[in-house]
Parts: sequence; C-alpha cells; structure tokens
Amino acid sequence: MRKIMSGNEAIARGAYEAGVKVAAAYPGTPSTEILETIAQEYKDIYAEWSPNEKVALEVAFGASLAGARTMASMKHVGVNVAADPFMTLSYVGVCGGLVIVTCDDPELYSSQNEQDNRHYARFAKVPMFEPSDSQEAKDFMKLSFEVSERFDTPVMLRSVTRISHGKGIVELEEPVIPPVSIEIRKDTAKYTMLPSYARIRHGVIEGRFLKLKEFAEQFPGNRMELNDPSIGFITAGISYQYAKEVYPNYSYLKLGMVWPLPKNLIGDFFKKVKKVYIVEELDPFLEKNIRAMGFKPKGGKDLFPICGELNPFLVEKGLLGKKFKPPKPALKEPLPPRPPNLCPGCPHRGLMYVLKRLKVYTAGDIGCYTLAAYPPLSVVNNNICMGASIGAVHGMAKALGEKGKGKIVGVIGDSTFLHAGVHPLMDVVYNKSYATIIILDNRTTGMTGQQEHPGSGYTIRGETTHRTDFVELGRALGIENPRRINPWNLEETEKVVKEELERDQPSLVISEGPCILLRRAFKNYNKPLQVDSTKCRGCKACVNLGCPAISYQLVEGEMAMTADGKKRKGISQIEASLCPGCHLCYQVCKFEAIQTFEEKPIFGFETM
Amino acid sequence: MENNTVNVLVAGVGGQGVILASDIMAEVFMELGYDVKKSEVHGMAMRGGIVTSHFRFGKKVYSPLIKEGDVDILFAFEQLEGLRWLNHLKPNGKIIMNDHKINPPAVNLGEMEYPKAIPEIIRSKFKDFYLVKGTEIALELGDVRAANVVLLGGISKFFEVKEDIWLKTILNYLPTKVHELNRKAFFAGRDQIY
Repeated sequence: MRKIMSGNEAIARGAYEAGVKVAAAYPGTPSTEILETIAQEYKDIYAEWSPNEKVALEVAFGASLAGARTMASMKHVGVNVAADPFMTLSYVGVCGGLVIVTCDDPELYSSQNEQDNRHYARFAKVPMFEPSDSQEAKDFMKLSFEVSERFDTPVMLRSVTRISHGKGIVELEEPVIPPVSIEIRKDTAKYTMLPSYARIRHGVIEGRFLKLKEFAEQFPGNRMELNDPSIGFITAGISYQYAKEVYPNYSYLKLGMVWPLPKNLIGDFFKKVKKVYIVEELDPFLEKNIRAMGFKPKGGKDLFPICGELNPFLVEKGLLGKKFKPPKPALKEPLPPRPPNLCPGCPHRGLMYVLKRLKVYTAGDIGCYTLAAYPPLSVVNNNICMGASIGAVHGMAKALGEKGKGKIVGVIGDSTFLHAGVHPLMDVVYNKSYATIIILDNRTTGMTGQQEHPGSGYTIRGETTHRTDFVELGRALGIENPRRINPWNLEETEKVVKEELERDQPSLVISEGPCILLRRAFKNYNKPLQVDSTKCRGCKACVNLGCPAISYQLVEGEMAMTADGKKRKGISQIEASLCPGCHLCYQVCKFEAIQTFEEKPIFGFETM
Repeated sequence: MENNTVNVLVAGVGGQGVILASDIMAEVFMELGYDVKKSEVHGMAMRGGIVTSHFRFGKKVYSPLIKEGDVDILFAFEQLEGLRWLNHLKPNGKIIMNDHKINPPAVNLGEMEYPKAIPEIIRSKFKDFYLVKGTEIALELGDVRAANVVLLGGISKFFEVKEDIWLKTILNYLPTKVHELNRKAFFAGRDQIY
C-alpha cells in the first residue's frame, strides 16, 4: 500500500515496522509529530511525552536494557539536553536497538539556533543516517534498529525541517518481530560506567567504529549515480534532492549514511568524476572530513551558503557563480511583513502588558511568550534556551546587588518550567536570591501545538494523570508564599507582580490562564467587544496591546471628531470574528469607548 | 503522462486551511498515478504568520521546494500574500487568488498601509489571473472554514481531472456533518472560474 506521508509520519511508521516497543520524546519543532503519530496511529507502542529530552533518552536506554527496540526523538537543541546520557550511552551500547532521532532546523523556522547535529555523531562516535525523502525516512529508521543491534551502538537518524514537514509517497510494509527477547539481564561491566569499566568500553567503541567504517563502504544507501562524468556531487539528505532537481544529468555520490564516511567509495568517485562538488546544508561537515582524507573537491562552502536552508535556486546560483542569471522580480516594492503574533485572547498578553508598564528587565524563555519581544509589547529582553530565564535572573541579581532590586523578572512557561526550570528555581532559593520568577501556566505546551506535559493532567494519549501543582512544588523548593494571578485582570496582576518584585526574597508567581486555543479549558468564550466610534479618541492604548483583532484606521472629515467634540486622527476597530472577549482592551481604554456585551465586564474567562 | 513537473505554490495566513488544501491536491494527483511531493513549515508560522505550502507533481519529483521563479500556479488565500509571492512565478505563470484581506500587525498598528489595488497590480503583470470570492462564498454558505474548499473548486478547473475525484478526496478529509456544505462550496468555487 502507498500513502502520502510527512517525513515525521514516515519515521513513526518506520519505528512501528521495526517493532519498537517504547518511544519517548519532548515536543519541539520540527520533531513533534513523530511521537504524536506514534501515539495516534500505533497503539501497540508505549509512547510518552517525557519532561525533557534527557529523560526521554534515559527512558529509551532503560527500555533497550530490557531488550526492547526503542527510540527518543527531539529537535536539534533537544540533543544538547540529552547530550549527557547520549555521550556515555555510546560507551555502553544497547541490548534492544536504540535510535535517537534529531530534527534539525536550518533557516530557524522555529528555533533559537541553527546547529548542525551531524557533529554529534562524530562527537559520540555513533553511526548517523540521513534520509532525503519520506520513503528513505521510513527505510532508514528501520535499518537504524538493525545497525544498532548488529554493532551494539545507539544510532542517530537526522532529519531537517524540509524532510520532517515535507511529504512524499511511502510504500508501507508489515511490522517485523524484533530478534531480542525482553527480560532482565545483568551485565554490570558493560552497563556500569565506573572508570575501570569505562576505560575498557572506550577501547571497545573504537573497535566498533572501525567496523562501522567497513559497513559504510558496503551500505547500499551510499550509492554512486554515474551519468555525465564531467561534474559530480557528493551530497546527502535534502541537499541531494535540491541538486538533483537542478542538475539531473550530472553524477552523484549520494550518502545515506553521513557518519562514518566511506573513504574508499569517496576515493572511487573522485577517480570516476572530473570535478567534484560537495553540496550540503549548514556546516561543511562532509567537506571537512573529505578534505581531511586527502581528497580535493573543486568546491563546497565557498560556493554554497553556510547559513540558512539550501534550495534549488541556491544550488544553481552556487555552481554557476557569475554566470547565474536570477529571474527578474515582477515586484520590487517592500510589503508589510507578517510576523507570528500572540493570538487574540492569549493569556500572555495581559501579563506582558503589565511587565511593560512596570518597565522591568524581563528574562525570557522558550515558548510563545517570547513573541512579546516584538513591538508593540517589546517586553522580553533575552532568551537563549529552555529554563535559562531563571538562572539568568538569579545571576543578574547577584551581579547587580541593590541596583537590580525590584527591576528584574524571569518569565517561563509551564511546560518549559517542568522541562528545565525546577533546578534553577532550587538554586534561587538555595543561594538566597531576590529573583522574581513568573510561571506562565497555560496548561499546555503551546508553541509546538498543544502537547500534554506533567502539569497538564493528561498523558500523550489523553488519559488523565497526576497534575504537578506549581504552588506545592514552589513551597517544597522553599518559596515561602507562591502567588496565583489571573493574567486577564490587569489591576490584580500589576498589584501582585509589584509586591513580589519588592520582596527581598525569592518569589514565585503563577500566572494562571489556559492557552486560548485549548478548548477543553474553557466553559465558553465571551462575546466579542466593540469600539464605540462616537467615543474613541484614537489614543491607541488598545492597539498597543498588539492584539490581532484590534486595528487602527485614520479618519478624516466628520469622522475626525468624537461625539462630544474631541479631535482625533484615527479610531480603533475590533474584528468580531477574531475576538474571544478577554476584555484586556476594555481595561486599558480611558475613554469608555470599548463596549462589552456581557452583563458585566469579565476579566478573563470561565475556565474549567 | 507528462514529463514536466507542475509547481503549485499555496500561500496564505495561519488558520486559513492552506496546508489542508495542498494535502488534498497531493492526494488527488497521487490517485492519478503521479509522483507528488510537498513541503510546508509548521510551528511559529501558525500564530497568524505567513503559511506557504509547495506542491509539486510529475513523473518523478526530486525537490520538495519549488525553485524561485519556477512556480506554474500561485494559489493565494489572501491578497497581500498573493502579492508577496509574485516573484516566485514563472513569467507566464497563473494566479488564482482569494478576494480577501487580512491585516498584518504593522497595518493594525497604523504604521504601514495595506497595499492598495492588489488585483489591478497583479493583472498588470500577469494576464492569467483569476480572483475567487472564496471567503465571501464560504460565509454565505455559513462556515468561513469552507473557504479553502471554494478555492480548491476554483483551482480544480485548471486541471483535466474529473470532478468526482476532487470531491471524493475533499470529503474524505472532512467530517460527515459538513459534507453537504463543502460539496456546495466546491461547486461554487468551480463556477467562479470560466
């Protein structure tokens, strides 16, 4: 049977066909749909959202110890979090096949950096496969489990956004029965990395690496396509498709396995082809390693960009150089950009508005709320990785001393806090900081499209489960009086945040407003609000909330005056179809020009 | 079967059903025996940002991304987005555009103007241009979410594919209770192109 599948769906299918028993992940674009597909489509596989990628990989490690085929999937930066278990997992090897899927994000469509995770395979001395379409994503996933068991090694499968979120036709097969039995086995010297045992294992993995090099020479996924021998490309993954699109008639060495590299095969290709070019996205990973072997490609990163995504246009441009003629643009005028935005009714908006009013320095974290860095809110002042807001505020407080008191705050989402925020909060208390931390508890992992987490009360398959209580957790860590606020109530929010900023002790505020898109959390939305055009002065107070439902329009003539004769240049409008009725605009309007259609104004929503 | 790959760029704003529309097109052309590939970006783009989906079909398709300047059909769900991707069209490319505007943030804030007379600008540069009242018709039918099906009805006229293949594929993606409405939406869209 043939089916159109995204790369992520195909990776999930590959896991199913390989007989995977345990799959764990933390959501992260572009990897999220792998575990979602497993949870929805393949009920025989145990699937979980782990609190973070390190835990996910450790869960996979445990399942492998028991003999099960197992996997952990994550976005590229997730591998940084999982790097600690990963590096030593390479030493101990596997029992049941273990695959780590890394989904890199060239062009940073939804990421904080553009790191190239091929380096991890080299760093940890493990094999890495890289599919170039959905069919290969499935095939290589299955193969990865065989290679993992055959060579006693974790295997990495690398995808990129265009593979994960691209779609193509996939031939489906039936699942296999994995060869390893599931039971408790004890092999202490292999799996317990005391220095004396680990020293021995280091030698073992160096030997394993030599065998993997031999495998790479024979692996049919590393293949030559010899056509016109005047020009040849060494390439892998999505870059192969881009090059093939533009130059279908030249020769190719298409690598399905990007680490370790097949030196003899590469040498053969150099003999058969006159000019060799290396086409790869991001870092010159293939190029540097191939040059280190002593081969001399005609071109690589001198022709194709190191930053951003490749595409057929850039491949053509890179190879042709000055001879390249770009198409003439039909349009040259700049157009209004359309950046992503906090949704109408988003609970983050009220809190961010208050932080703006308080003029505090705000350390941000990973999640939708970082969008408040954009105008008109312009609130978030830094953001590097999951959980960093808390440690950063603590460190700033220690450096600033008295100067920083009441002026710095860290904001972190609920899912992000449970991922990497608990330890830094522990540090804040332990080392007697005055830091103020606000958890934006929207009861879901919002940015990646609403995944469950330990604080949401549901598992990946929607079963109810224990829900982490942020107030209790805060108290257990030593926060004296964690406070809850309703972020849609601006007055209350400002009062509480101000009080907590003034405290000379660590403080924790939990901003409780479910993601506006999380339907199950709302009894109902409110009636849309409306601007009374006879009263609106055009002061833009509501417009500056940055709500997509509110717009500002210039007015002329009769319209350039309110009913009571006040001059105005423009008026606000609320697009009813977009407005869920959060009433923030109602609260910021000084001229009573925003009308509610509820019996009395509701600051927020009736939630469940 | 044609050797040449056909390139369709679908462009709109998060929440308009751009991705579903291109999924449906891919399914239709796979059914007809073509190789198909498509590519889009999820994640941050969904928060009211730009959404594009590249859809390609042919005998053998390599890149999931269309080369800039190689788009055969620009399928725009919103006017400004139609204008934005114009430079990706072939000189003799075709445009089918939803007659609908969604203000970007800079326009809402009163800092920039929404470009005026977009259909006229496009028509002055590309003669193969079709404007479809996708959102308007969907609203008349009672559900704005059916706008993408109206637009699919429009674009379906450009291919020699039987109506019932389109309809069957579209309805497969939708719950039974909205089948009748979407059937109407599809045919209303087809009627827009003549």
